[in-house]
Amino acid sequence: MEVSALPISPTNKEKLISAGYTNLASLVIVSPIRLSRELQISVQEASNIIKVTLQCSGAVGLDGRHVVLRGAQTAWEMFSDEQNLKHISTGSEDFDGILGGGIHCGEVTEVGGVPGIGKTQLGIQLGVNVQIPIVYGGLGSKAIYIDTEGSFMPERAYQIAEACIMDTLESFRFHRKGAEDCHERMQPNYFLANILYFRICSYTEQIAVINNLNKIVVEQKDVKIVIIDSISFHFRQDFEDMALRTRVLKELSQTLMKLAKKFTLAVVVMNQVTTKRTDGSFQLTLALGDTWSHSCTNRVILHWDGNDRRAYVEKSPSLPQASASFSVTGKGIRNAISHSKRVRMM
Amino acid sequence: MANKLVAHMRLPQPISNLLAARNIQTAKDALSIPEFDLMTLLGVDIEDVRDALARISKVASPPYQTALSLLEERLINDASSGRLPTFLKGLDAVLGGGIPFGVLTELVGPSGIGKTQFCLKLSLIAALPMSYGGLDGRVVYIDTESKFSSRRMIEMGRNSFPEIFYSEGMAQEMAGRIIVLHLTSLSEITESLQQMKLRFLQHEVKLLIIDSMAAFVSGDNERSGSMSRDHLLNCPFSFLKSIAEFSCIPIVVTNQVRGHNNDGTSQYSFLGKDTDNNSEKFMNQVPALGIQWAHAVTIRLIFEAHSGQKFIKVAKSPISPPLAFPFTVCSSGIALLSDDGIEMLGQEINVIRSQGFFSIFDAS
Repeated sequence: MEVSALPISPTNKEKLISAGYTNLASLVIVSPIRLSRELQISVQEASNIIKVTLQCSGAVGLDGRHVVLRGAQTAWEMFSDEQNLKHISTGSEDFDGILGGGIHCGEVTEVGGVPGIGKTQLGIQLGVNVQIPIVYGGLGSKAIYIDTEGSFMPERAYQIAEACIMDTLESFRFHRKGAEDCHERMQPNYFLANILYFRICSYTEQIAVINNLNKIVVEQKDVKIVIIDSISFHFRQDFEDMALRTRVLKELSQTLMKLAKKFTLAVVVMNQVTTKRTDGSFQLTLALGDTWSHSCTNRVILHWDGNDRRAYVEKSPSLPQASASFSVTGKGIRNAISHSKRVRMM
Repeated sequence: MANKLVAHMRLPQPISNLLAARNIQTAKDALSIPEFDLMTLLGVDIEDVRDALARISKVASPPYQTALSLLEERLINDASSGRLPTFLKGLDAVLGGGIPFGVLTELVGPSGIGKTQFCLKLSLIAALPMSYGGLDGRVVYIDTESKFSSRRMIEMGRNSFPEIFYSEGMAQEMAGRIIVLHLTSLSEITESLQQMKLRFLQHEVKLLIIDSMAAFVSGDNERSGSMSRDHLLNCPFSFLKSIAEFSCIPIVVTNQVRGHNNDGTSQYSFLGKDTDNNSEKFMNQVPALGIQWAHAVTIRLIFEAHSGQKFIKVAKSPISPPLAFPFTVCSSGIALLSDDGIEMLGQEINVIRSQGFFSIFDAS
């Protein structure tokens, strides 16, 4: 578009053209002050010219409430969206407490810890808990479980589902409003049928499945959690080029993040631990390196504290660093049991 | 799935030609390059690359099944849900019937505690006829430390299954089913396992034991070697896992222990160091193979000795609570002193102690 077509006074138009501003593209990048100096007009006039130019070139103003730039949101809109977001309970109130109510939908949460601490147990528990029907305060949705280590045990999932159903029915014993409708939903078999299980045997398959998740979530409609147990297993082996590995992982995490935002589902990524040398001593840290540690929105580390299992929120944009103890029982993840009740050895 | 050919994925012809020209032949080649790099490499638009990658991903990703169908499959098909009983009542009960098929089971403990005894007993059981509770199959026993004792094995058999081992020819047949390989390097193991794959598939072999895995990598436990040790072992453990799943047999692997240097190895940076005192007192030992190995095993049984007693502890298992069983080694192999496990608190389950063990000898 030519400057001559702008709805401004002919004198200014002439000044513009003689100063060399013949098309809009050259005009939109100048500041009003510079323009006023160059054309020897008042700053007020100059900024008017630029406003008109911007309007004509298709840019739109912000009137406070509606940001019309595509994909943008105001902080307030984001806040109210977040208020409506559901959380997926871990099964332990203390654990939920430090997470601000449970695992957040719409975010990627990384969970790391030493072998045997309960990462897989937490994964199965979340896959079950996401299915608690809405009348019982759950999400009533499906889960996708991506198993890279072969540690998923359907028998254990059955146990956890059974216990979850018992506990949910128990706590809702007195208000039966609408509960009859979901009678057939409250069966362990129904819960298990809604866990979609992928067994991955190489990192290529892992990348392929994650790329393909978009389609599957669309097909299955209400998937609210994707659990990857674990993200690191195949990547820590047979990948020689470390720089390339970092970039491939980065891309994976981008894909997961997009998925989480697009379908407001929770992505839970399990990670293994490794040792790292800091200040001359070896310390435990999560695997896959520093670049990866930036990739996940939240990072929770499960660790031993004496004889208790504890969860520690290491990184989160909205939560304080905090830790809470939990235990892994026959029923799944629960609050830590007080010591007096348990048999102590020796 | 990873080795599917890109050329056969029905991609648009131009892209397909370009991929072939850049020597990107399998799904693995295509998917291990970041999107952007692939775009520059092929010199086409990002949209085309994305479409192509989406198509490749779709073909290369394995299908899903529901956890329910997985459970039903296990109930019907006992090859994948089968267990190898240990004939130790308490241990079998918590493991859901014994050592599960298709996964890695690890035995860790100090030397002389009874790991090899346990392995010998397991191989006998796997060779036993079905009617006696065995698996009626062959056993591949990879002995890396020359600790396999056939005499001890026959003795164990005679004491625990007298009706079989004293009947004519049966002892020979049972022992004949156990194939012992003396291998001394990882590459040898990998090679011979590759060769045996067909046998695994024909369900002749019902148990694979490697005693011990740590032999290749122990020796000097210098700190500097710790990284390369982890690295060295990377290859076999994913290979072993694939063998286990591929052939649906239990794989039992033993692991040694080494001294634990209290340099905060088991601590996270945010925890500080004060909690370490506890373990210093005990002078603990840690498994010789590092933490990455520990992530790969599905079941870990720790053998330890303290306060004049030996214990088997179920340290890692997706189904069992953390329990410890006191045991002794007798003429028929390992025997549990009590079938009710002692529940362990927290980290105690992972501690490996070996003192108090020698005091048994002093006392006797």
